[in-house]
Amino acid sequence: MAWETIIGLEVHVQLATRSKMFCACPNVFGAPPNTLTCPVCLGLPGVLPALNKQAVLFAIKTAKALDAQVHPCSLFARKNYFYPDLPKGYQISQYEQPLATAGKLRIETSGGTKTIGITRLHLEEDAGKLIHEAEFTRAGASYVDLNRTGVPLMEIVSEPEISTPEEAMAYLRALRELVRYLKVSDGNMEEGSLRCDANVSVRPEGSQTFGTKAELKNMNSIRFVGKALAYEVERQVRVLESGGKIAQETLLWSEKLEKTLPMRSKEEAHDYRYFPEPDILPLTIEGEWIEALPELPWDKRERFKQVYDLTDEESGILTEHPALAEFYEALVDAFPNPKAASNWILVELLKSFRPKMNRLDFFPAVSPKRVARVLSMVEEGVINQNTAKDLLARLLEEDFDPEAFVAQQGLGQISDEKALLAWIDELFERHPSQVNEYLDGKEKVFGFFVGQLMKMSQGKANPRLLNTLLKQKFDARKGAF
Amino acid sequence: MSNLPFLTLAELRSGYSRKEFQPSEVIEAHLKRIEALNPELNAYLEVFADGARDRARTLDKKLTQGGPLGPLFGIPLAVKDVLCVEGTKTTCGSKMLEPFIAPYDASCIRRLRDQGAVFLGKTNMDEFAMGSSTENSAFGPTRNPFALERVPGGSSGGSAAAVAAHLCQAALGSDTGGSIRQPAAFCGIVGLKPTYGRVSRYGLVAFASSFDQIGPMAKTSEDAAILFWAIAGHDPKDMTSSARPVPSLEALLGQDSRRFRLGLPKEYFVEGMDQEVRDALLATLANLEGLGVQVEEVSLPHTPYATAVYYILATSEASSNLARYDGVKYGFRAKDADSLLELYELTRAAGFGPEVKRRIMLGTYALSAGYYEAYYKKAAQVRRLILEDFTRAFEKVDAIVSPTTPTPPFLLGEKIEDPLTMYLSDIYTNALNLAGLPGMSLPIARTGDGLPVGMQIMAPAFMEERLFCLGSLIEELTNPPIRGVPFDQPIA
Repeated sequence: MAWETIIGLEVHVQLATRSKMFCACPNVFGAPPNTLTCPVCLGLPGVLPALNKQAVLFAIKTAKALDAQVHPCSLFARKNYFYPDLPKGYQISQYEQPLATAGKLRIETSGGTKTIGITRLHLEEDAGKLIHEAEFTRAGASYVDLNRTGVPLMEIVSEPEISTPEEAMAYLRALRELVRYLKVSDGNMEEGSLRCDANVSVRPEGSQTFGTKAELKNMNSIRFVGKALAYEVERQVRVLESGGKIAQETLLWSEKLEKTLPMRSKEEAHDYRYFPEPDILPLTIEGEWIEALPELPWDKRERFKQVYDLTDEESGILTEHPALAEFYEALVDAFPNPKAASNWILVELLKSFRPKMNRLDFFPAVSPKRVARVLSMVEEGVINQNTAKDLLARLLEEDFDPEAFVAQQGLGQISDEKALLAWIDELFERHPSQVNEYLDGKEKVFGFFVGQLMKMSQGKANPRLLNTLLKQKFDARKGAF
Repeated sequence: MSNLPFLTLAELRSGYSRKEFQPSEVIEAHLKRIEALNPELNAYLEVFADGARDRARTLDKKLTQGGPLGPLFGIPLAVKDVLCVEGTKTTCGSKMLEPFIAPYDASCIRRLRDQGAVFLGKTNMDEFAMGSSTENSAFGPTRNPFALERVPGGSSGGSAAAVAAHLCQAALGSDTGGSIRQPAAFCGIVGLKPTYGRVSRYGLVAFASSFDQIGPMAKTSEDAAILFWAIAGHDPKDMTSSARPVPSLEALLGQDSRRFRLGLPKEYFVEGMDQEVRDALLATLANLEGLGVQVEEVSLPHTPYATAVYYILATSEASSNLARYDGVKYGFRAKDADSLLELYELTRAAGFGPEVKRRIMLGTYALSAGYYEAYYKKAAQVRRLILEDFTRAFEKVDAIVSPTTPTPPFLLGEKIEDPLTMYLSDIYTNALNLAGLPGMSLPIARTGDGLPVGMQIMAPAFMEERLFCLGSLIEELTNPPIRGVPFDQPIA
């Protein structure tokens, strides 16, 4: 039987606000446990939440970019459950009347473009973290770190319209890119600023009813989401084909075992007893809170393809981070050869940018004007490609004037025919046997001569000229026989 | 014994401005009285004797040096133990919070401090403000200064008793369903529940967040106005606090209430209203009519539902608000739990008293899947109808009047085993919390047994001035004025 997969994703995005959702504590990752806390986020008796307006603005911005309907009035609600990482015994979230509904997100997969519906987008607060001693020693104590408590979260729920693990990964990449473009989150899955739960079920192809779904958690990278979903789909099909039934349950992805494992049932089965949060008045969205959006990634990608005549892949990579796209455009501005500019970035610069490109504050550590000068020198024949590569590598380390440097260090390439011919003569004299080999038809040794000449010129010989002259010399020898 | 504790807050203010006495004398006189009377009354759970003396000495110097004095300069106040005062125990009358020391000041405490007030201590209350007699305190009941075998009302019974017995000039209470007004009536003092949102709740340990308000308990309407004025106003830490400006003290006390039209809700005159209470109210109204005030009947048709709606919504919110007392972070923790679940169960079983548990269970039930629509949601809808009742009535009248309580103070132990009867002692007060409107209780008479009788005045939202002005007018009618326990009446 052919099976069809149905996936819906719930994504939690930590918003990059300066302070937490309901108090003035800093919203930063990685501080020593319980140092970023105050009476409000500790849930001490008598405290009240004061809503962070920036978090609301970020959520509105994202909702707008997802083409969702932002509701003029939305409500906060309490989600009640007991857990040591939840100091108030409830999480402030939104339930009825969320901030926004009915959006959509376009994704690109090998199969083409597809639009995934967004059911809802709402605001809530993050919980703290438990650290279990058993993970390090055999002792049984657990510790609570409340630094993360009250960090603003935006929950984005997709429609069950994702059909493959590949689409799920594309959806997450698109969403991550979007939040980075909007500068509302660094979208970093490893640090937990973007987290994903998946609801997945399978059904016989053509069936109109949904199969029983399982909820997948604990997938800490986009790749793991793909692996976990692929595993789970295969498991469900196997169970169904052998006549079994799918249990509605929460499963945890174990990266170590590469399989999904059931969560202990005690930890689920909650009646959350949602009710309107009485400490926060209904949120009325004012007109001026809706800011103009920056150019969105998919629009930028299309423009790059059109205006700079780039391939899908090239424009895709160059628009991965808005700062990279900005760098590219500044480079093209000063060095109007878009294709070459793209090549140089992708081949020479990208690998040094990559490690920092998952940060919101990523900024290419080199001036596009300097890079443009280097590339112009190549185009003008002043330096060769190898010298250019060295210069770019140096520019990534420190700033300097490349033209002055080339002049001062004598790095300009040697296009002096006389000098090059003299080196060729010298070389022919030193290696008569190799010359003969070439003349006997062993054209491979041509490379040996090029290498030697490069060495003699300390890498500065104009390679094109060198090739031409070398060929001419050999041809002359051939003619001499 | 010094007569300083028998002055009103307003008299104390003018005494200071004329330098007739020093803060230390005033504080010392109150501390002496507390030392003598509190063991019997159990109004204070904790007395800040040293802190208050230190503070008074600092203020003495300020008075000698001259310069402007804060509006509450040297005024000794008591604070219900539901409000956080930095560095002191905040127990809420519960074993659960017995070890809890607040690391911050409630916003109203900060304001009063800044205005020169001196805090004498924390007062007894029903556990987590749940109760009408202060018998639900984990630290023993408070006694009524007028009759020690009787309850002072609740939940702010400790504050009411402290004011009535002149163990402070005025006090802060909190009112969720009548917890300021009912004990004020039982102890013969003035108690105001302000409009919801008028006073910041930051630092008030929550019982039912959409009902709770902090308010003054004092000897006169004027004193209540002064304390109200000192704590009212917007606070960025409380999103439900109103940004509406607070009138000046002069404006709060300067209305001519002789032109008022008063409404008497016909639905309040039901079975269960004590004859002496009824007579006292009608006599006061007759006197007011003699001064030109008009009294007419109004209708609040949804009144019969108020108590049920109140107990569904307030307990729902309470069940969530009290979830944080789980033994993990602060307060009481049960020993010997073998698992997380057991830690929760043992801690909450041993830490909460029976009334608190009853209300947590009621509220949890009302919010549960399958019951939410029938209970919480329905009650929230009726709550709106109750507010509409008041809105319509206030189109015709300036204020609505009623008894504060159906009966005079009852005996200790009389109702504690019968929660439903206990709940009915708030029937005239909880509708106002549902509507979020301001109401004030003030003493109007004594029963034949010498027990205080209170009258409640209710006003439209943010119209507290009507309460103070009508209250002052009524106080002019009673001669001699009723200000807590008469000085010549020995307590006990």
